[in-house]
Amino acid sequence: MAKHTLSILVENHAGVLSRVAGLFSRRGFNIDSLAVGVTENPDISRMTIVVDGDDYIVEQVSKQLNKLVDVIKIKNLDDSESVSRELALIKVSATASTRSEIVQLVEIFRANIIDVSRNTLTIEISGDTDKVKALEDLLRQFGIKEIVRTGLIAIERGNKVINAGEK
Amino acid sequence: MKLTGAEIVIECLKEQGVDTVFGFPGGAVLNIYDALYKARGEIRHILTSHEQGAAHAADGYARVSGKVGVCIATSGPGATNLVTGIATAYMDSVPMVALTGQVATSLLGKDSFQEVDITGITMPITKHNYIVKDVTKLANIMREAFIIAKQGRPGPVLVDICKDVTAAVTDFENKPLKKVPAVSIGVSDDEIDAAAEVINNSSRPVLLSGGGVSIADACEEVRELAEKAKIPVTTTLMGLGSFPGTHELFTGLVGMHGSKTTNLAIAEADLFIAIGARFSDRVISNVSRFAPNAKIMHIDIDPAEVGKNVTAHYPLVGNIKKILKKLNARVKNRDYTDWNKRIDEWKRSFPVKYTQDGSLKPQYIVEKIYELTGGNAIITTEVGQNQLWAAQFYKFTAPRQFISSGGLGTMGYGLGASIGAQLARPDKKVINIAGDGSFRMNCNELATAVEYKLPIVVAILNNRVLGMVRQWQALFYGGRYSSTTIDRGTDFVALARAYGAIGINVTKPEEVEPAISRALESTDRPVVINFEIDKDEKVFPIVPPGAPIDELIDE
Repeated sequence: MAKHTLSILVENHAGVLSRVAGLFSRRGFNIDSLAVGVTENPDISRMTIVVDGDDYIVEQVSKQLNKLVDVIKIKNLDDSESVSRELALIKVSATASTRSEIVQLVEIFRANIIDVSRNTLTIEISGDTDKVKALEDLLRQFGIKEIVRTGLIAIERGNKVINAGEK
Repeated sequence: MKLTGAEIVIECLKEQGVDTVFGFPGGAVLNIYDALYKARGEIRHILTSHEQGAAHAADGYARVSGKVGVCIATSGPGATNLVTGIATAYMDSVPMVALTGQVATSLLGKDSFQEVDITGITMPITKHNYIVKDVTKLANIMREAFIIAKQGRPGPVLVDICKDVTAAVTDFENKPLKKVPAVSIGVSDDEIDAAAEVINNSSRPVLLSGGGVSIADACEEVRELAEKAKIPVTTTLMGLGSFPGTHELFTGLVGMHGSKTTNLAIAEADLFIAIGARFSDRVISNVSRFAPNAKIMHIDIDPAEVGKNVTAHYPLVGNIKKILKKLNARVKNRDYTDWNKRIDEWKRSFPVKYTQDGSLKPQYIVEKIYELTGGNAIITTEVGQNQLWAAQFYKFTAPRQFISSGGLGTMGYGLGASIGAQLARPDKKVINIAGDGSFRMNCNELATAVEYKLPIVVAILNNRVLGMVRQWQALFYGGRYSSTTIDRGTDFVALARAYGAIGINVTKPEEVEPAISRALESTDRPVVINFEIDKDEKVFPIVPPGAPIDELIDE
């Protein structure tokens, strides 16, 4: 099973998210992550959905999504032709003896410390999925208390754009 | 011009050429019904006994006429009562607009009286749905709803209108929306050429004509293709009538209750052409062993159906009629081949048959209905054995003649559908072939048929059991008849009379013909014929679950 990133333009209406999410659940497709936000055009939102599945699943997902009236355009983003980011907030245990080691790691990853308490550090990291995972793995030894993560967002490289135009 | 929301609903219905709607009033649609009252000279409202009946009637009306069926229900229970009817229409691609009342916008989301989130409930069973909270958006939503219902692969659209919106006043202009361009997936000439070549080079082709062929009005084109290349033709249940059941190339139904000829032919075919069909599990049974020797050509308007259940080697996605016109021009004329002769041999050896032992047989009843209606009646069915006997033993020759819940398999569909069918075609005889179990579910609609003086004939094949489930229990569950005996002594003849319909009881074969003849003479009221048949009569052939379709049980 490979992960596929779908970039989907939808009408910015109430209920669109539940139409899309409902379609995934009733047809048995798995959503790995989902991020939604308004685009440069306030009438249109973009959903970035990471789907876990083979080519058959991705083809079916795309075709079924295309049948939703509120879906304007779908593109399956090629990993090598796009850049992607996710954001995670990681709260990690920190003692006097571990704090400086954690700070070093954060610097190496060009992450930020956004909150400090007597026995915790909260770290903000953004990057592709692998980078976020790498930091998470390194921090685990110190005791991760909580992770909050956005879904992946992605955009095509270079001049290419996905815009509403004709459906 | 200034109009209320309710008046806008009516104006938009008129704009769409709607002259008949089916429904049941209630609090949240009072304003709409008030506007309907004022428009009663132009729009006929058929008041059913139950909202489910209204939905099935609108569906039957749409299937028979090809127009969009319209049903109306109030908020809450009215709306939920439409749900089965909407799902039925969705599964069979029937164009329908369901209008539901909703509580006032100020009461939304507060668990108000008769409030239900019907757009949420119907999301998976509509092509699209709307909740209207702003009267200025109402007209265009109504127009869009009709476009979506009809466009591409048809289906139901629900418009939920808040009560205050139906009372609010706004400017209304009679300005139909420009037709939204259909999602056009052009089939290239190269693809058509390739498809034609495959057909021309095939030696054992089989063509499957589905419900989409009737919807696309492509029956002539399918027939031309079959006749030119001498391709044996089978149909799905939904496709019955899209190719003449009397044609020499017709091989009978496909799949679970398909003819042995069809299913053997598919197992041996080197090319399987499916047109306007979606390879449902009832057609393909065991997917890994379906048409194992064949290349699959799939012609359909819905790209999502292509490659969904089986891999299509030659997908042609678009308007079936247009594709076939192009394809037919490139397909070569062929003489009757050895393959055709082989199929004719199978047809002779394995006819779909039944044993005549002097008792009253359901298959015989259907044959008699066929004979006495000259093959020209519109047949609606309930679901189960009655549906399949109707499908096997009535020879359908025209599209929109066989009206049945194929996808959802809705027991209780037929009577409502027959009401819609009769209203769409007052010139035709409409027969609802029913089982006693299905009939009992929605027989309340007899009152509707009586009220509107519809001479529908309801032929109950009464075996006092839920026959199809019992048949499975007999064949696959060791004869443990769990909850399928419904011998409750209901007197269907007396029931018919109580509603004001004519009731006839038939127990012997020789009574069949006079009873049907008498029923067909009725011009102003429905007739219920209660045919008492044996509880162990079965539908054959049947493909056991999980088996490939050529391994069928035929007696």
